Amino acid sequence: MNAFAGSIDRPNSYIGRSVSRPNAKRLLEGRGRYVTDLVLPRMLHAAFVRSPYAHGKIVSIDIEEAKALSGVRAVFTGEDLASICAPWTGTLEHFTNMKSPPQVPLPLEKVMWSGQPVVLIIADSRAVAEDAAELVIVDIEELPALADPVDAMSAAAMSKELADNICFATKLDSGGVEEAFDAADTAVEQSFIFGRHTAVTLEPRAIVADYDPSENRLTAHHATQTPYQFQDVYSRHYGIPEANVRVIAPDIGGSFGMKLHVYHEEMAVVGASILLGRPIKYVADRMESFVSDIHARDHRVTGRLALDRDGRITAMDVDDVTAIGAFSSYPRTSAVEGNQVIRLMGAPYDFSSYRANLSVVFQNKVQTSQYRAVGHPIACAVTECLVDAAARELSLDPFEIRERNLIPDSSYPRTSPTGYQFEKLSHQVCLARLKSMMNYDALRVEQAGLREKGILRGIGIALFVEITNPSPAFYGVGGARISAQDGAILKLTPSGEVHCSISVTEQGQGTETIIGQIVADQLGIDREKVRVMTGDTDTTPHGGATWACRGAGIGGETALQAARKLKANLLAVAGLILQAQPGELDIRADWIVETVTGQQRISLAEVARVAFFRSDTLPPETQAQLSVVHHYAPQGYPFAFTNGAQSCLVEVDAETGFVKILKHWVVEDCGRIINPLLVDEQVRGGVVQGLGAAFFEECLYNEEGQLTNGSLADYLVPMACEMPDIEISHVETPTRDTELGAKGCGEAGTAAASAAAMNAVNDALVGHGAVLTQIPMTPTRILKALGTI
Amino acid sequence: MKARAFDYMRPKCVQEALEAFVRADGDASYIAGGQSLVPALALRLQAPGLLIDIARLDELRGLSVAGGHLRIGATTRHCEILGSDLVREHAPLLARAAPFVAHPAIRNKGTFGGSLALADPASEFPAMALALDAIIEIASVEGSRRVGAGDFFIDLYETALQPGEIITAVYVPLASAKTRTAFDELARRRGDYAIVGAGIDAEMQGGFVERMRIAFLSVGSTPVRVGAVEAALTGRQLTPQAIRQAQDVLGTELDPVGDEHTPPEMRRHLARVLLGRLLGRLEANV
Ligand SMILES: Cc1cc2nc3c(=O)[nH]c(=O)nc-3n(C[C@H](O)[C@H](O)[C@H](O)COP(=O)(O)OP(=O)(O)OC[C@H]3O[C@@H](n4cnc5c(N)ncnc54)[C@H](O)[C@@H]3O)c2cc1C
Repeated sequence: MNAFAGSIDRPNSYIGRSVSRPNAKRLLEGRGRYVTDLVLPRMLHAAFVRSPYAHGKIVSIDIEEAKALSGVRAVFTGEDLASICAPWTGTLEHFTNMKSPPQVPLPLEKVMWSGQPVVLIIADSRAVAEDAAELVIVDIEELPALADPVDAMSAAAMSKELADNICFATKLDSGGVEEAFDAADTAVEQSFIFGRHTAVTLEPRAIVADYDPSENRLTAHHATQTPYQFQDVYSRHYGIPEANVRVIAPDIGGSFGMKLHVYHEEMAVVGASILLGRPIKYVADRMESFVSDIHARDHRVTGRLALDRDGRITAMDVDDVTAIGAFSSYPRTSAVEGNQVIRLMGAPYDFSSYRANLSVVFQNKVQTSQYRAVGHPIACAVTECLVDAAARELSLDPFEIRERNLIPDSSYPRTSPTGYQFEKLSHQVCLARLKSMMNYDALRVEQAGLREKGILRGIGIALFVEITNPSPAFYGVGGARISAQDGAILKLTPSGEVHCSISVTEQGQGTETIIGQIVADQLGIDREKVRVMTGDTDTTPHGGATWACRGAGIGGETALQAARKLKANLLAVAGLILQAQPGELDIRADWIVETVTGQQRISLAEVARVAFFRSDTLPPETQAQLSVVHHYAPQGYPFAFTNGAQSCLVEVDAETGFVKILKHWVVEDCGRIINPLLVDEQVRGGVVQGLGAAFFEECLYNEEGQLTNGSLADYLVPMACEMPDIEISHVETPTRDTELGAKGCGEAGTAAASAAAMNAVNDALVGHGAVLTQIPMTPTRILKALGTI
Repeated sequence: MKARAFDYMRPKCVQEALEAFVRADGDASYIAGGQSLVPALALRLQAPGLLIDIARLDELRGLSVAGGHLRIGATTRHCEILGSDLVREHAPLLARAAPFVAHPAIRNKGTFGGSLALADPASEFPAMALALDAIIEIASVEGSRRVGAGDFFIDLYETALQPGEIITAVYVPLASAKTRTAFDELARRRGDYAIVGAGIDAEMQGGFVERMRIAFLSVGSTPVRVGAVEAALTGRQLTPQAIRQAQDVLGTELDPVGDEHTPPEMRRHLARVLLGRLLGRLEANV
């Protein structure tokens, strides 16, 4: 469709403009209201006793001394909560034969990972709860831990409910792969290891659960991106009517996917509030976050590419083993990442023979699940590293081999060999833009010059495809009660302002800003006059909220359509007041104007005043509709794919293995850009997380399944000093499935940054006999690859 | 991550602090900048019944030159070391090391005496105290005593300090015209504790090393002086050959431990690289 054509010069044309966030000042002034800030009357505090072992049988739990401590109100163990909470199982029906053991808030018989919460203590303060936690004696008979995913595949099942440790396995085969490899002029193969890492949000997980027995009503103030999903979960698992459950997600300090999963702690705290009839606060501390927030990645991939004599890819063959911890997460499961890995492989390239094998395996570690760019960085790194390996083999320039292989911009719509439908992508434009933006030829000359002086610089390139705007094909078809649609309520105030409550949510990325821009733009009013509200299931319509890059594309379209509906209503009233045809009127700069001449006729505030307070002056039978509710569910393509290209420039100190990241470039195409400033922020933040994975971030475990670096001193989050300048350029290919034309951009940076970084390091090390196929690329790993140590 | 309950007091003088510790029967801890102690309390790695705050005692403050030494009061904060002209002039090695200590927020609170008392083998200042042959002044209820840095660091987080003793000041011999210094460290991120670091304090004349002290951080359970390397270089010029030999000697002298990120052989290798680089630029004093 795409009737939208925003001219940037007309008044209130906010779509496409870099405007600042209305909430930034409040947050910078320290006036944010996070769950942690909340204090309710009669509120108690929770702390957990956790398993010190990765795997073990609970022999006994002695809570007597803890219970007796002054200030302790209750101590709960597995049975207490299991008796009121229906178990949950993290499977989706469209993942055939997927399985996972059922989960309960606190374990009944066995502990399955080190750090699993075992006992819940409720006390007058968190400090007292921690004092009591030290008094609990948990006797656990340690069992052998399954830490290594490959061992876990063949080992005896660790859960009594399951026959083995395979959560999910699937194959894709388009046919012709063996033949293509037999006929290939060149074939390359590499094996990769992608370490575990975790989200490390500034604000940790937090909840205040407040159950009121007099009304059988639960209010959960919950630091989550998906309040509606949790409304559903708390309702069904604790047997409270959905309408009696209110989830409020106030200011949230980052999420990145981590805050949309069901965690044992939050479920236990809700249960405790129900049992005690009092509000209970739980805030994960940083040590708890490391052992209980979902981790991500943890993939071992072997990939092969077949190419003909001209360097054209003819086939790709991959095998991915991914370890997800002891349970599949709920309700989105832990199989989505692996599934996306095997479906995104080779996505930018034009070939038809593809085969993939996926094994999703249980082990005794904390759960992995969806985290920013789910699967993309792995598929991208495997593909792009293999393409570079092939280029080296064939003595082709990395740009040249990509230009020969990518799907031409003129050939859309296309279906990938893995079954994804691409509406329209822009690889050729992006790649060409990247090359000129980074001044590629000059960089190569500089690189060669420095190499003579012993300075090893490397340039890495990576193309990517990103999945955005998911339809029900993502979760709904699998039986998960996760909405793909969103809803908005727009209300005119008697002063002529507009209040918008919408189901997409804000975690710092600027959702409320872009929704405000769209509403103001479409209504023709000043942005200051639009107030956006999100994150409360009682006051906003039910919707999907924020995940998988859907806020701008789906939430934005919802807001756009709602605003158009309200505008039509307002023009109808104005027409009655002015005795003019609504079709000849428009709203510009808060005034009702004549569309053709632009002449101001009556202010919107005056229309509001008349409609609200002097309806007696309107023609009889008039019922002015001054609020609208509108829902929008994505239609057309199941997903709106985006694409882009990145490059990374590094300098490797071959003596120490240290890498300096000198510069990073991104060209990306997220369709219609609503706010370039916010898109750039998304891309930069995403790149930093990708570079974090490439060089710094890794949850390190020993053979007993113990996390050995679970603190911010030892787990290395990328910091500003180590990050390069990130230069960004945009290409706009709007989707025609919506009026707005926006697609997602939140995961684009993360999708390809680590791939570009790997290619850059390997480019720097050409001629030194070292190829890195494991991230993070630590100094130790680099020196080992070089044979120095 | 909440500390266990504790009492807190802020004595008016060192004597009062010392007596308070004795009265608490050992169940007390001094707190200076709190940058190491407070995290340890929050993690419940330590849980003293009483905190005695010595951060504001006048007797423990100040930087001054007296009797051939630079006196550094124990509660001199890292940021003061970093910004001090006296330190730059008289203890240039400390000035070189100071920017590598943590981050600005921590340097604004953390103290020199606290760093030495804690004796983290990965910390910069304990190792530099060793390289500078500093003298540590210690007070107890019995009186005051002085211990050379070489005798102060005993084992992991273990020093010559007896329970209840307070470091009052540290005395660093003044640099001369012949002094040459170099410091560097290899850390994954700026401000992190380093994988390995080293400082050199030497006197050179006409291109020859007259005296040299080298101390490493993060290579053992204490800061480590490498006497054999120093001996191998004393009286020599810092030629590429001499530097290579020194690196070889270092390889046999160090016995570093590994951690989750870094195996021992990596540490040893990086220490060699670092030593080579520092010696290569020592004479130029840059
Ligand atoms: C995030 C972070 C990063 C850091 N990075 C570094 C780094 O890179 N390099 C580095 O060197 N340090 C680093 N530190 C530690 C910091 O430098 C500490 O401040 C310092 O080690 C201790 O000094 P303090 O004054 O804070 O001591 P406190 O924390 O107050 O005390 C530490 C210990 O010393 C004792 N103590 C303190 N003063 C005295 C005294 N005068 N006499 C006797 N005992 C005393 C206390 O009783 C306590 O046991 C870091 C700290 C943090 C939190």
